[in-house]
Amino acid sequence: MKVKLLAFAIVAVFGAIRLPLEEKLSEQRRAAFFHGAKLDLEMRQRLGQLGFVAALGGFRAIIADLLWIQGHSAWERTEWGRMARIFDTVTSLQPRALLFWDGAAWHMAYNASVAAREDPKQPREALRIRAEREYWRLGEDLLLRGTQNNPDRALLFDRLGMLYRDKFKDPEKAHAAYERGRQLPDALPYVRRFAAYELAKIPGREQDAYDRLKALYSEGEDERMPTLLRLLSELEEKLGVPENARVYTPPPPSPR
Amino acid sequence: MSAAPSQHRVFSPARIAAIASNTLLELVRLKVFYFLLIFAVAVIGSSAFSVKFTFQQQFQVLKDVSLGAMGIFTWLLATLATAMLLPKDIEDRTLYTILAKPVPRLEYLLGKLAGVLLMLAVALALMSVVFVVVLYWRQQAAISETVAIYPAGAELEAALRGIQQETFNANLIPGVLTIYLKAAVVASLTLLLSTFATSSIFTIIVSVGVYFIGHVQPIAREYWLAASGAVDPSPLLKIFFGFIALVFPDFQLFNLVDDIVVGTAVPGSVFAQTAGFGLGYVAVYTLVGYLLFANREL
Repeated sequence: MKVKLLAFAIVAVFGAIRLPLEEKLSEQRRAAFFHGAKLDLEMRQRLGQLGFVAALGGFRAIIADLLWIQGHSAWERTEWGRMARIFDTVTSLQPRALLFWDGAAWHMAYNASVAAREDPKQPREALRIRAEREYWRLGEDLLLRGTQNNPDRALLFDRLGMLYRDKFKDPEKAHAAYERGRQLPDALPYVRRFAAYELAKIPGREQDAYDRLKALYSEGEDERMPTLLRLLSELEEKLGVPENARVYTPPPPSPR
Repeated sequence: MSAAPSQHRVFSPARIAAIASNTLLELVRLKVFYFLLIFAVAVIGSSAFSVKFTFQQQFQVLKDVSLGAMGIFTWLLATLATAMLLPKDIEDRTLYTILAKPVPRLEYLLGKLAGVLLMLAVALALMSVVFVVVLYWRQQAAISETVAIYPAGAELEAALRGIQQETFNANLIPGVLTIYLKAAVVASLTLLLSTFATSSIFTIIVSVGVYFIGHVQPIAREYWLAASGAVDPSPLLKIFFGFIALVFPDFQLFNLVDDIVVGTAVPGSVFAQTAGFGLGYVAVYTLVGYLLFANREL
């Protein structure tokens, strides 16, 4: 009996020593973006008992993959509502997987929204437009949550900027998203260009946009894309930049 | 004329190595490595399953399934193989033959644990080879498809670099090592349980139970360590959380793989501390196991 008590005491003392250290390590891991997933009662209801136990047992990545495959099958059958529910669970299970956030948002904001807009079962255009916008917002919500979980990665900021630009037609929000993305080390080169393009569309920010575009232009031929040249020319016109101070002069229209 | 009898050592690494190699041989004879076939089917199957996805998603699914399967198989092997070691030796009377010789019980336990850890290392190495081969095969397929559809140049080279970065990265190594560490902790814990258990079934059931409780241990710890006012569980519940946090291991510590697969980099200090905890758990569980085993009437 004494030996068993001694054995228990050793385990407990070891526990007391390691607890604060484990807590410290957990904090370090959270700082390094090892968030894990929130496995609560809501998740238990979504996953079912077996899935929840598997996720608790350290197999949440596999569960997330299986659900993603289910989501893909739902897409093939155009079951948009089911897809939204599945994607919500997948992204909650693997909040650091950019591909899940990106793919889920794309399905909602681009595929489901177009399907809703062209829904032959809905004769009222107003209701079709309303449904389309709801799917845009679902995509936006996924990307916003994705960026909250991955503030260190550029991809989802890039996608958010694209969504605001192409669907919501909101250059201010698009610029803000691209601007956040371009500051991250893994941002692709076009993100900073897009940030400047969107800035050029915001009323009252023409001078900022002109300075940014001019800086890009002066970096060399690789940056002198047709859109950049067009925007530069438009802004120079709008800001009344004197002819001799203009960086870019569009070529004269070719004779017909 | 006869050679002088060699002096008996109190602690002999050679004896431990002999017991370890016998344990490994015994496990190999039990055909534990046949699970590799199932592993290979799972890995190749998952790779075939995901052909409809983009290559990034295919690689992610392949890595998730492979590393997840490695985790499942090493956990099962660690639990089942360790749980049957002592009962089998008692049933076969091998234990009495060994302990009748001048072999201390500590050496016997260490040898058994070392044998299981060796078996786990071999199993994980073989699974890693299968995983790397399939991943490489998928990578080459993605590369040749890209080369076939795009003209040579800087853009193609950048695309190929992208594919290579998506497949192999250095973070997979600490990922596989943490799987091993977790399995080593499970093995030492199961060995500890089997030193006082009366049957393998009991050992397996308790070990599996501890494994799952170990995954919710951080929640209990959080409640127990929470400053008063932030979370206010009843005093009885707080004692219960404290008990869980103190006695059960934190298995979530070793779950780095899920995040590694999706590209999160493991800082060296985080990995070193995780490894330190793993070794600490193994040492303490082995010590406690020895205490119980040394006083067990056989």
